[in-house]
Amino acid sequence: MEDLINAFLLLSNFVFVPAIAYGSQLALGALGVTLVYGVLRFSNFAHGDTMAFGTMVVILFTWWFQSMGINLGPLPTALLALPFGIAITALFLLGSDKIIYRFYREQKAAPVIYLIASVGIMFVLNGVVRFIIGPDDRRFADGERFIIKARAMKQFLGTAEGVSIKVSQGLTVVTAVIVVAALFWFLNKTRTGKSMRAFSDNEDLALLSGINPDKVVTVTWVLVAILATVAGTLYGLDKSFKPFTYFQLLLPIFASAIVGGLGNPLGAIAGGFVIAFSEIMITYPYKKFVAYVTPGDWQPEGLVQLLATDYKFAVSFIILLLVLLFRPTGIFAGKSV
Amino acid sequence: MSFLIGEGMTGGYGGADILHDCTIAAEKGEIAVIVGPNGAGKSTAMKAVFGMLDIHTGRVMLDGEDITNLSPQARVAKGMAFVPQTSNVFPTMSVEENLEMGAFLRRDDIQITMDEVYDLFPILRDKRRQNAGELSGGQRQQVAVGRALMTQPKVLMLDEPTAGVSPIVMDELFDNIIMVARTGIAILMVEQNARQALNIANKGYVLVQGANRFTDTGEALMNDPEVRKSFLGG
Repeated sequence: MEDLINAFLLLSNFVFVPAIAYGSQLALGALGVTLVYGVLRFSNFAHGDTMAFGTMVVILFTWWFQSMGINLGPLPTALLALPFGIAITALFLLGSDKIIYRFYREQKAAPVIYLIASVGIMFVLNGVVRFIIGPDDRRFADGERFIIKARAMKQFLGTAEGVSIKVSQGLTVVTAVIVVAALFWFLNKTRTGKSMRAFSDNEDLALLSGINPDKVVTVTWVLVAILATVAGTLYGLDKSFKPFTYFQLLLPIFASAIVGGLGNPLGAIAGGFVIAFSEIMITYPYKKFVAYVTPGDWQPEGLVQLLATDYKFAVSFIILLLVLLFRPTGIFAGKSV
Repeated sequence: MSFLIGEGMTGGYGGADILHDCTIAAEKGEIAVIVGPNGAGKSTAMKAVFGMLDIHTGRVMLDGEDITNLSPQARVAKGMAFVPQTSNVFPTMSVEENLEMGAFLRRDDIQITMDEVYDLFPILRDKRRQNAGELSGGQRQQVAVGRALMTQPKVLMLDEPTAGVSPIVMDELFDNIIMVARTGIAILMVEQNARQALNIANKGYVLVQGANRFTDTGEALMNDPEVRKSFLGG
């Protein structure tokens, strides 16, 4: 019995807790992608780098606040910098829309042209972020590190294994819940939110109903700025900030959005958790877990790891392929890709 | 002068002209129907009245005002409502939200108009929380007409409202349209089911190759042997 409890605690510590945090971050990222797809009708390849840009601004403000001695006590200072990061990212996105995407909207360009334009913006952002903050790893988390420490839990329960929950993980989940709840309230209850859904559903009819497309586009970019900056900052607090990692996040984020059903916000959240849990469960070495659940003192010789962590992107890629092959509209039937 | 009139309209979607000196009019409280064979330019004529294609000759007048150069959106603000033939609802939004979106431009209380729409289409009241995309074809058409009525239009334009619905539902829809007309709204519609449509029409326009062939009251057209022979199947 005690072995089983230990096995459960072990999995919670190394799989469930990290996957819930990572899943929340992916869900926020995928929501941004899905909003752009639903309302503006293209796959925004610059989303990963938008997250990097937003996070970079948050880091710069965090450093500034830290140098002035401003902090939030046990919570990371980055929370205080978040609104500034969102505002500047929103300005950047609206600027890029005005200079680039609007031109193609007026031409009524095909979605693939937007997609290529977004790849261009991605490269520009890539360069801008590296130019300003450099390509290296940046840590900007401060305040308390843990909500629950594994050792304290072990002593409290008298077990061999314990679960640790980092502040960044707790913060990720709480923030994600608040942001998602606010987003759904906005989309389902407010006039502007409903007009966005109408525009996404049937653009021509939305225009016939007198919905102003410019306003819908503006609001969408502001929401994308909020989602991208929050997702990027939470990911950076949880792990660390490195521009290249954010660029790579594009794959799991797109996989999440597509698995859930592109254009469907609920799907983006479900997709985020599907991808996060698959990625972590498939790359976790189950050696100790197997030792706990099998009787006696026997331990497997290998790591019992299905796939090395280096291949974690393969997991999202394979899920993406399977979904596209067998259910192109995703779990929640979004738009077919 | 008619309440709404597209006069001597000639034009097309940019290439060759589709409409040739075509005239369509509708009166308050009356139903005007455009019929004709496939490819006669029925929908095109209606879209021209609504400003969805360029006419280089002719003009469109609403209540004595020249609206030829207004965009479709501006015409909506002037009191014209258009129900497209296909994709005329917001499929992932509830029936009630569809109606709300119809009244997007209005800032006053829309509840009264919404109740009127529900009185006209009682089934929609029962289904108001359901997504429009999950409704049957006939119910979806009712949502589409209801959405258009939410702007409290003076003119309601319907592009083949009975396309793809069963004969029973078609009769029901026509009844609804008569009721709408009785409230004083001018109705202009394009119909594939010419016989039934002319039955309820005050005025009928038979178009052939983008030009007026016959124009008369619905009843007169129904009794005209030539119209019967060529367009109503005897």
